[in-house]
Amino acid sequence: MRALSQVFAVVALNFRTIPQRLGSSMVSIIGVAGVVIVLVSVLSIASGFAAAMQSSGSTSRALVMRSGADSEMTSGLGGPDVDIIKQAPGVARNGQTILASEELYVIIDLPRRSTPDAPANVPVRGIGAQAMAVRDEVSIVQGRMLQYGTNEVIVGRGAANQFVIDLDKDLKSGTNVWRVVGIFEADGGVAESEIWIDAHTLQGAYRRGNSYQSLLAKLDSTDSLKAFTDYLTTNPNLDVMVKQEKEYYAGQSTALVNLIQTIGFAIAFLMGIGAIFGAILTMYSAVAARSREIATLRALGFNATSVVLSVLTESMLLGALGGVIGGILAYVAFNGYQASTLNFQTFSQVAFAFRVTPQLLTTGIIYALLIGLVGGLFPAIKAARLPISKALREL
Amino acid sequence: MKLLPLVWKNIWRRKIRTIFTLLSVFVAFLLYGILMTVRTSFTFGVEIAGLDRLVTIHKVSLIMPLPIAYKQKIQTTPGVTTVAHSSWFGGVYQDPKNFFAQMAVSPQEFFDIYTEFKIPPDQMKAFMGDRQGAIVGVDVAKRFGWKIGDKLPLTATIYQPRSGGKTWEFNIVGLYDGEDAVDKTQMFFHYDYLKENSRMGDGLVGWYIIKVADPSQSAQLAKTLDDMFANSQAETKTSSEKSFVEGFAKQIGDIGAIMIAIVTAVMFVLLLVAATTMAQSVRERTSELAVLKTLGFENGAIVGLVLAESLFIVLLGGCLGLGLAWLFVQGGDPTKGMLPIFMLPASNLVAGVALMIAMGLIAGALPAFSAMQLRITDALRRS
Repeated sequence: MRALSQVFAVVALNFRTIPQRLGSSMVSIIGVAGVVIVLVSVLSIASGFAAAMQSSGSTSRALVMRSGADSEMTSGLGGPDVDIIKQAPGVARNGQTILASEELYVIIDLPRRSTPDAPANVPVRGIGAQAMAVRDEVSIVQGRMLQYGTNEVIVGRGAANQFVIDLDKDLKSGTNVWRVVGIFEADGGVAESEIWIDAHTLQGAYRRGNSYQSLLAKLDSTDSLKAFTDYLTTNPNLDVMVKQEKEYYAGQSTALVNLIQTIGFAIAFLMGIGAIFGAILTMYSAVAARSREIATLRALGFNATSVVLSVLTESMLLGALGGVIGGILAYVAFNGYQASTLNFQTFSQVAFAFRVTPQLLTTGIIYALLIGLVGGLFPAIKAARLPISKALREL
Repeated sequence: MKLLPLVWKNIWRRKIRTIFTLLSVFVAFLLYGILMTVRTSFTFGVEIAGLDRLVTIHKVSLIMPLPIAYKQKIQTTPGVTTVAHSSWFGGVYQDPKNFFAQMAVSPQEFFDIYTEFKIPPDQMKAFMGDRQGAIVGVDVAKRFGWKIGDKLPLTATIYQPRSGGKTWEFNIVGLYDGEDAVDKTQMFFHYDYLKENSRMGDGLVGWYIIKVADPSQSAQLAKTLDDMFANSQAETKTSSEKSFVEGFAKQIGDIGAIMIAIVTAVMFVLLLVAATTMAQSVRERTSELAVLKTLGFENGAIVGLVLAESLFIVLLGGCLGLGLAWLFVQGGDPTKGMLPIFMLPASNLVAGVALMIAMGLIAGALPAFSAMQLRITDALRRS
């Protein structure tokens, strides 16, 4: 117990003298804050993108594409094939209506709001009559639903934010002119980056005849996926593959998320080394400034352990302070920041918002504490080894 | 100059502090070098994109094909030297993770235009004589361990082979190399092979690349071409290759801006560390500086002493860091060819050194100024 109270006494003394060393303490705090801002903000890009992709797609829906296609973009399904697929077992029905939507997926060049001179690949989805019934999460938030058989389109919330698309205005693409009649939301999923139009209108505009690219089916239960898949893949007249919709979108995000996370951690690691040097310098000068004080404590009978612990605690406290400041700044600056990037699998833009999650903030603060701990180590040992008589004699 | 030994002594009077300051500067510039390399690789070689080249794509989107009949019309337009076409193949080698770009091209014209792809003449000859031949970049060949003479099977995603199945067979007959800034991760093969062996062969190509006779007329020529195809089934959009590549790089989002923001954060933190260390080391020497002044040293000499010290530390640490980054980049792409370009441009090296000098001056400025202001009597009395 005495040892413990010794430690507390020295640590408390230490903290009370911090204001005297404010200048050099700030270096350590700002250094760590800088690292945490960069770490958290870079990772928030990855988590935002992953969130957009993962909230897309449901486990109770199946996506049918031509076998070998790596995305809807490269897939193709003939009209007759679509009719066969719709009759497969496992597809949910609402009375007589089969809950499946045959769809086209193309991209068009539209200017981005932030860089009007550079075009972006905006995805356009031609939807079947049951598209809205298949996707429960989609709801019109402004304007109204498009009328099938016309050139009306509805636009996802993210696409309307990122690209030059306005409600109740015409949208021109090549020789086609489409009327924007509504804006929809889809729980923040990828669909919000898309423009939706009647598939038949799109077939006409792109001379696709009676062909589609994918079919999205609502399953009567999540367990029906296997029966549905087996029926289609064993049918000799079809050359298709089936993916659970959620897995399809999750698979598209892994490459980019991994890349961003690797880059984020690599940068934070190198920056962290720099911040550790900053912390070491701070703590060395703190120890140097207090060498007489420390020597006095030792002369009074305080042991080396409590001195070591007091220096380490101070260093970690400064680190934690930097971590909290960095985390707060990153949260204020980047949480919810709207951006869009190219999804290489579909070659089309995905709008998403940066997400500074509690996990990211925790990661940042743990990292900050680690920097403080490592940065305080050598100075702490130096403080403990200070020759008492010599230190007392100094000035 | 004769003060240099004094600067040297001052730098090493507190070894540990100097070493840690050096190390943090070192790390900062190592990071700078690596970030600039990543930034360059995300520009997709925009720096070498030819100004004398135009790219014509479908007005609606790059993925929409153009009729092959346009080739003749473009070729006969005044101001056009050569026209080639290229089509995205999108095949998969073993696993979708092994992504690399494959293009079906009009071989003769394509390699006439892209003179930056260096191919030995005998390999070029073999390529022209083999319908299933393919030329691949040295980086992608290294990534997958291919060599000349290998058969290369690719699984189709877009073009289904007429013969059935999903596999296309190519013969690797040549490798192309090029300067650092050239993307050496692509594969090129005969459009004729694509056309004959595809179920979709309906006379469409991806985009056209046009070499112009006079680059100053490029803008005018682009307009002429687009006007020519206006109101047709496939309207076009022609732009210089440079702005085409730039536009594509922008689609990914502003990687460059993010990198620069990070570098700024790093440099700010570093500057803070270096500046406080410098200030502290000067403060410790107040009485010494006063003695120097008493001995008759001019203010200029005192300022010079302090600045030389900070410059030395930043330049030494910075050059070592940047040097290591450069060496690392010379060692080649650690992702083995996933990044299309992996180089640290000379302009970034120069900017790095300029940054070091600026940081050394800024870090030393405050302590140098206070050293200059020092009044001898006060300073001597203080200790």
